[in-house]
Amino acid sequence: MSDPVSALQGARFDGFAQIREIGPVGMITLRAKGLKSLDKAVKAAVGTKVPAQRRIEVNGDRACAWMSPDEYLLVMPYAEVAQALAALAKSLQGQHYLAVDVSDARAVFRIEGPKAADVLRKLVPADIDSMEPAELRRTRAAQVAVAFWQQDAGFTLVCFRSVAGYVMGLLSHSAQPGSEI
Amino acid sequence: MLTLECPYCGVKACETELSPGYEAHLKRFGPGSTPEEFEAYMFARKNPKGVHFERWRHTYGCGKWFLAARCTATLEVFGTYPAQVSGPPPEIIAKIQARRPGWTPDGKATA
Amino acid sequence: MSTRLSKGGRLIDRSAAVEFTFNGKRLKGYQGDTLAAGLLANDQMLVGRSFKYHRPRGIVASGPEEPNALVNLGTGPRLEPNQRTTTTELFDGLEATSQNHWPSLEFDVGVVNNYAARFLPAGFYYKTFIHPRPFWKHVFEPIIRRSAGLGKAPTEGDADHYEQAYAFCDVLVIGGGVAGLLAAKSAASTGQRVILLEQTATLGGRTPVDEALIDGQPVDSWLAAIEGDLRAMDNVTIRTRTCGFGVYDHGYVLADERIADHTPGDGRPRQRLWRIRAGHIVTATGAIERPLSFAGNDIPGVMLAGAVRDYVTNFAVSPGDRTVVVTNNDSAYLTALTLRAAGLEVPAILDARDNAAGPLVEAARAAGIRVLTGRGIAGVKGSKRVTSVAVCTQAGEGAVLEEIACEAVAMSGGWSPVVHLWSHCGGKLTWDDTISAFVPDPARPPLNHDGGAMVTVVGAAAGLLDLDTILEGVAQTGVSTRVETKGRRKEDAKKVVKTTVEIPPVWVMPQGAPIALRNKMWLDYQNDVKVSDVQLAAREGFQSVEHTKRYTTLGMATDQGKLSNINGLAVLADALGEEIPQVGTTTFRPPYMPVTLGTLAGEARGEIFQPLRRTPMHESHEKSGAYFEPVGLWRRPYCFPRAGETHEQAVHREVLNTRSALGLLDASTLGKIIVKGPDAGKFLDMMYTGVMSTLPVGKCRYGLMCNEQGFLSDDGVVARIDENTWLCHTTSGGADRIHAWMEDWLQCEWWDWQVYTANVTEQYAQVAVVGPNARKLLQVLGGMDVSKETLPFMQWADGTLAGFPVRVYRISFSGELSYEIAVPASHGAAFWAACLEAGKALGAMPYGTEALHVMRAEKGFIMIGDETDGTVIPQDLGLDWAISKKKTDFLGKRGQERSYLANPNRWKLVGFETLDGSVIPDGAYVVADGVNANGQRNTQGRVTSTYYSPTLKRGIAMGLLYQGPGRMGEVVECNTVAGGLVKARVCDPVFYDKEGEKQNV
Repeated sequence: MSDPVSALQGARFDGFAQIREIGPVGMITLRAKGLKSLDKAVKAAVGTKVPAQRRIEVNGDRACAWMSPDEYLLVMPYAEVAQALAALAKSLQGQHYLAVDVSDARAVFRIEGPKAADVLRKLVPADIDSMEPAELRRTRAAQVAVAFWQQDAGFTLVCFRSVAGYVMGLLSHSAQPGSEI
Repeated sequence: MLTLECPYCGVKACETELSPGYEAHLKRFGPGSTPEEFEAYMFARKNPKGVHFERWRHTYGCGKWFLAARCTATLEVFGTYPAQVSGPPPEIIAKIQARRPGWTPDGKATA
Repeated sequence: MSTRLSKGGRLIDRSAAVEFTFNGKRLKGYQGDTLAAGLLANDQMLVGRSFKYHRPRGIVASGPEEPNALVNLGTGPRLEPNQRTTTTELFDGLEATSQNHWPSLEFDVGVVNNYAARFLPAGFYYKTFIHPRPFWKHVFEPIIRRSAGLGKAPTEGDADHYEQAYAFCDVLVIGGGVAGLLAAKSAASTGQRVILLEQTATLGGRTPVDEALIDGQPVDSWLAAIEGDLRAMDNVTIRTRTCGFGVYDHGYVLADERIADHTPGDGRPRQRLWRIRAGHIVTATGAIERPLSFAGNDIPGVMLAGAVRDYVTNFAVSPGDRTVVVTNNDSAYLTALTLRAAGLEVPAILDARDNAAGPLVEAARAAGIRVLTGRGIAGVKGSKRVTSVAVCTQAGEGAVLEEIACEAVAMSGGWSPVVHLWSHCGGKLTWDDTISAFVPDPARPPLNHDGGAMVTVVGAAAGLLDLDTILEGVAQTGVSTRVETKGRRKEDAKKVVKTTVEIPPVWVMPQGAPIALRNKMWLDYQNDVKVSDVQLAAREGFQSVEHTKRYTTLGMATDQGKLSNINGLAVLADALGEEIPQVGTTTFRPPYMPVTLGTLAGEARGEIFQPLRRTPMHESHEKSGAYFEPVGLWRRPYCFPRAGETHEQAVHREVLNTRSALGLLDASTLGKIIVKGPDAGKFLDMMYTGVMSTLPVGKCRYGLMCNEQGFLSDDGVVARIDENTWLCHTTSGGADRIHAWMEDWLQCEWWDWQVYTANVTEQYAQVAVVGPNARKLLQVLGGMDVSKETLPFMQWADGTLAGFPVRVYRISFSGELSYEIAVPASHGAAFWAACLEAGKALGAMPYGTEALHVMRAEKGFIMIGDETDGTVIPQDLGLDWAISKKKTDFLGKRGQERSYLANPNRWKLVGFETLDGSVIPDGAYVVADGVNANGQRNTQGRVTSTYYSPTLKRGIAMGLLYQGPGRMGEVVECNTVAGGLVKARVCDPVFYDKEGEKQNV
């Protein structure tokens, strides 16, 4: 078997902010609500607590994000997905939940630099300045769905894999030198 | 362009993040229903100038459907609420009546 | 002559000279000039021709209201027509050409229209070009089209790039004059997030030109201080060169930032569209001076009095040595004083009022300027340039009392508040008799999401036409407290400040002007609408201002009537014998200023015009020269043409190769939705017409989804993964829609059912391995048992192939032995390459969507979107076998019971084989005897899919036919595009391998 490849194989663009496609990143969509052992399951899978509404709990290269009242996004190294799925299955056995590997369905970007937020300001109809620390915002970037949050002096942005090229195009266009807001 | 607050995730969403779902609180009529009932369910839609209840989906957000009480004439939003109800909740009705005295859910005048 | 003065000019930098061209003529200006100022400084008063009569036109105004001085700006990929010289900043190398004339600006043959003006009255086109009917299309329209239009449309692609940006604030202030600055400071001092927009490059508005002191301080130092204060505040953003042009629902405002208009080619985006969401909007948009309607008021050299002041004070440009001032209010006296201070001559001030008093009037008199009250202009002499004015009494009919030689006329008919932004979302206006203008009515504001006022108007835009009351007004309307109490009721609003300025109505000069004069009084300069045209419209019965506007084209030019509308409706009101408020205004719609299309498109251009969805194998397809077609937003290979092959030949080869050896299809776009939970089976039984709850684990079943009306909406194969989990395949491009449909029912109807869904379409790359050698390929790849016994038709299995983790579905959309193999998308490209490589020895070729279509049509398989169009039920397609008779309910069941859909005489699916073997054209109808009421042939069916079958070597088709299945063997006729008919025999839609043996080997 070959090594897994991300959608853009690490494409980059250096403008007034730096854009990097990273990945592949391990991701699991977990759908569950009001389960007794949810805390335990998330802890076992990614080592964080269950995030509050719109928050992401980060634990190194692993994280758990609140996506909707009954949906969480678990983030981890690509190679650890099977292990995390097994941990969820063990903790949630017999309960009503859905956990699926979506690592390959996504593309992940880092937007870095002091003006990284300006790149997003041109694309997303979200009030970035009013976002709380560790808030994950699901919205659209121009014409496609994205989710993003602030992390390590920059932003991490997730979109669907099939539109990775489009999103890279958007981010690069927005980060053009000279187009600083 | 409207702003509606998604009652599930608390985001004040711009209309471009939402999809419209038209009239709320329709009662489904399936097999066994009369032609009149089915027609009412399928086709008969209110088109009020004034208070209206609508379905919206937070498509570019949490993906949840929610309901909104809105004035179609002034675009005033009285409130948004989760979709898992068969009629507008009392607090929404109270909010509407505070702003539109005399309005009732069934269109009849208050006593 | 207009010329540059040797001193002054607060906005220009005399140390920075710039060179530009107008109609190829090299001209000089300074940094800080507008193009209009630069043209006037070079005595280029004549800048264009009017739309209808091609009359010579000069610069009238100094801002966005300019109707005349529009030019083609730039060349080639940077050419843009209809650019306002008054808002265009001058830069070195600017190239402008004048518009709407032939052969030249100085000599325009179109001016004959001018002499024929009496034959071209309002509504001329409507009246003249109606009969005879056929003439419109072939004679009138081509001629009118050739003569219509102002600037030239660019023929090259735009060299610039554009972008959009989102912003959020508590208070958005539009307009950076004194009122806007004060409002911004007031709001910002309470800690609110404030954005201030100013359309020009500098803050201050009119005040630096019109006033000497603010609060006892020199204006420029006062402005520098407040700008400094605002810029020092973290919660304030100031954006100059940014025009807030539209106010929309719930505090949404669009603004156009002109980033690099004055520095073209410097690499920055040319313009940026701001999409601002504001808690509250303050409009401080000022007022626009009105022209006076006197004969010859359109001759170059006749300018607005305020504009004359602007040119002298801001740019040190003189409109001429001698300027006659004509006015109905005090403000124009300032122009006279300004001109005098610059050393220029003001032969007379003609004041239409019988009495003129006040400080400015006294100052003018004290300066020795001749002030004539109760006087007006009977006519302006000159053609391409004013030479003199004829003076008359305002009260009379235009008898000339004297003639005064001059080069320019500075006119002021009063000031109209810029109420556009207030009105965009429904803010109402009230007529203010004191200043003879519509002003915003604070008691009837546009409403926000909470029912409170969305907009507050301050400054001259509110009708406060003097600095003292503007200052007082901003203080008393208390912008900050107003915004803090969001949701305040409109009845709280009170207009607390009243301007001290009085402007009596003077709509026609002189008031008793006969038709000969009214015929030469321009209201709308750009569209050539005169006082007489509006009066004619009124006589002809156009009573509504909206109708009159469209009939006369008043206010319909690119300036949208900024100068002409109030004067026009005053004339209309007079003609109708009504009061102006009763006549009302036309509707104010965004944009306030024209916005270039590139700005509205923003980044959505070229490669990122729209999202293009690519499968993991897309790059590989590109390398192998695939010809792509759009499927939704996906791009899928239509075929893989080889050197020298047409697309048609490639499709035929791909079909034949797949049927005889091995074909590989990138099926990654297929929708995949996981449905899991204790109630998932029950749920899927509602979603599908068939039964999915009974599907055994490990098996696959074809299913149909209908909408509640009963019409077929989607189809696909469902696989049972485990006791609680199903995987539903949807059509390519249908995944999001079907996922949303499922969630809709789960969230809004059966919210107590325990079901979760997840759209995993993009998690997997999917490869269809199709053809007699399909199994052999999988065996070569190796890793799992794919034999007929272990993995029979309509089953699936997990395993590995060539070391890849795969899920293999034995399903077929081609009628051949076929495996669809799902592999994680990150391995998709590698797996596809492995299949191609290992398949070489087995005759493998990739095939595209067209071969897929041909093969499914040969098998009589329906395609959503071809056989269905939202009016077709499964029963129409002979799919009764996939509809459960036992289930009491499923989505669409009740709908299908409706009598019209249950009618046995509906058009139903059959095959067609042409008698001559030809291919029936796409979209053909099956014709019936007779014609309908429109003389068209009656129809009895339509062709839904039609292809050349390389397998059968003839045309095959499917379609819906009246009582179709009962008419096998009958010959019917289908129409062709060319107009002929083609005979076809009705047959079974399954053309190939009717027994289905091949897929089952």
